[in-house]
Amino acid sequence: METFWTDPRIDEPFRHKVGLAEMLKGGVIMDVTNAEQAKIAQEAGAVAVMALERIPSDIRKTGGIARMSQPAMIKAIQDAVSIPVMAKVRIGHFAEAQILQVLGVDFIDESEVLTPADNANHIHKHDFKVPFVCGCRNLGEALRRIGEGAAMIRTKGEAGSGDVVEAVTHMREVMTQIRRLTTLREDELMAEAKNLGAPYHLVVATARLGKLPVPNFAAGGIATPADAALMRQLGAETVFVGSGIFASEDPAPRARAIVQASTHFDDPQVLLEVSMDLGEPMRGRAVNEMQESEKLAGRGW
Amino acid sequence: MNAPTGMPVGLLALQGDYERHEASFRALGCATARVRRPGELARVRSLVIPGGESTTLTRLIDLAGLRGPLLEFARELPVMGTCAGLIMLARELADEAVAIHGVRTLGVLDCAVRRNAYGRQVDSFTAPVALQDAAASPQPFPAVFIRAPRIVSWGRDVEILAEHGGSPVAVRQGRLLGLTFHPELTGDLRLHRLFLGMG
Repeated sequence: METFWTDPRIDEPFRHKVGLAEMLKGGVIMDVTNAEQAKIAQEAGAVAVMALERIPSDIRKTGGIARMSQPAMIKAIQDAVSIPVMAKVRIGHFAEAQILQVLGVDFIDESEVLTPADNANHIHKHDFKVPFVCGCRNLGEALRRIGEGAAMIRTKGEAGSGDVVEAVTHMREVMTQIRRLTTLREDELMAEAKNLGAPYHLVVATARLGKLPVPNFAAGGIATPADAALMRQLGAETVFVGSGIFASEDPAPRARAIVQASTHFDDPQVLLEVSMDLGEPMRGRAVNEMQESEKLAGRGW
Repeated sequence: MNAPTGMPVGLLALQGDYERHEASFRALGCATARVRRPGELARVRSLVIPGGESTTLTRLIDLAGLRGPLLEFARELPVMGTCAGLIMLARELADEAVAIHGVRTLGVLDCAVRRNAYGRQVDSFTAPVALQDAAASPQPFPAVFIRAPRIVSWGRDVEILAEHGGSPVAVRQGRLLGLTFHPELTGDLRLHRLFLGMG
């Protein structure tokens, strides 16, 4: 049996946190801004919803400081659905996280989509009972977040762009680095930990497992069933769809189609069937035409 | 339908933690196969419906045309449901507001379940439970409850294998095994071994 789950050093709270992440595998987590959208997402088969006041594409448009959502708005969504409800906090803003834990959200996303509250440190997530998900662009960043206590990792992509290119870049980077780890000798892993800027014990665990020690999901720019299938085939165990659903012409059928695409990601016949008659996807913005200052993925340390 | 025992154990692989069940059966030296399409049920000797989200499983079972084939399978061959998988097997839900939540169970296991009965994720917990008969061993089983359902009523044919807090948490009815917790999230393989013994 894989070492991670039988390792007595894995403490009980962390087992519960990773356990919930395991239950979300093979699904789709959808951004919603009110109870009505949350019900549409649940009805479509979402495994969880991310409650936030503005979807990332609107955060891009309106600018200003993006903070934790109003608790009353999150509460209304919790009351409307039975699936897990997630919410975002600013990077390093542990007080926002304390509030969300008391509110009873099921997962906290310490997210680069919001304006960072700390330019050097992330939240020490082992201090919390509620599980956290964090973004990454590469293996070192992923293992630093797991070291701080993240129970789920998502590759960042470029949120609110509708352009899948950065999601692909980040997932390929993480998977390539993991494959490389599995080819190294035991006596080369410390040097690799130094190169990656990652905790040694997690580098060793990843090399043995041949995968991240916690579930590895994808986010940032997924807008179509084909995008979801692409990310799943590249190694994502579940996908987050932010702006891609509710910034599209007809959200409900698109949400249902992306749910099916995540399950049947390796069956092109099903992908064809679910891609029919979906209306217009979100318009989006090409990441390659953005200024560096407009990109969100660089936030996180 | 009487499957030869040389066939693999099936995992309903639509959504949820089926990989953890695969790892458990492999640790017991048992082959597994994933099931996503109706035709794939003919190639497995038993089936596990894993933990996940019951609203999502309902949607995906119906869209894949699996409802009828699953009912037929569960009449003849062993099926184990854990957490959301138990919910899918249950006769009915005992939720307060079922209508808006879009869960349609298979209705083969004679019990009523209330979803998320212990609260939200911050209320998830592990508790030692005594196993009756099952692998008859004095060691308590480390039961991991994650946003777990509670069995609130059950029929005469349902045998209780373990209880926690006055409610059954592991039940057996013929060839059906239902657990409100997650044995696949521990290294304890006794319940997977018990299931293999059911056919």
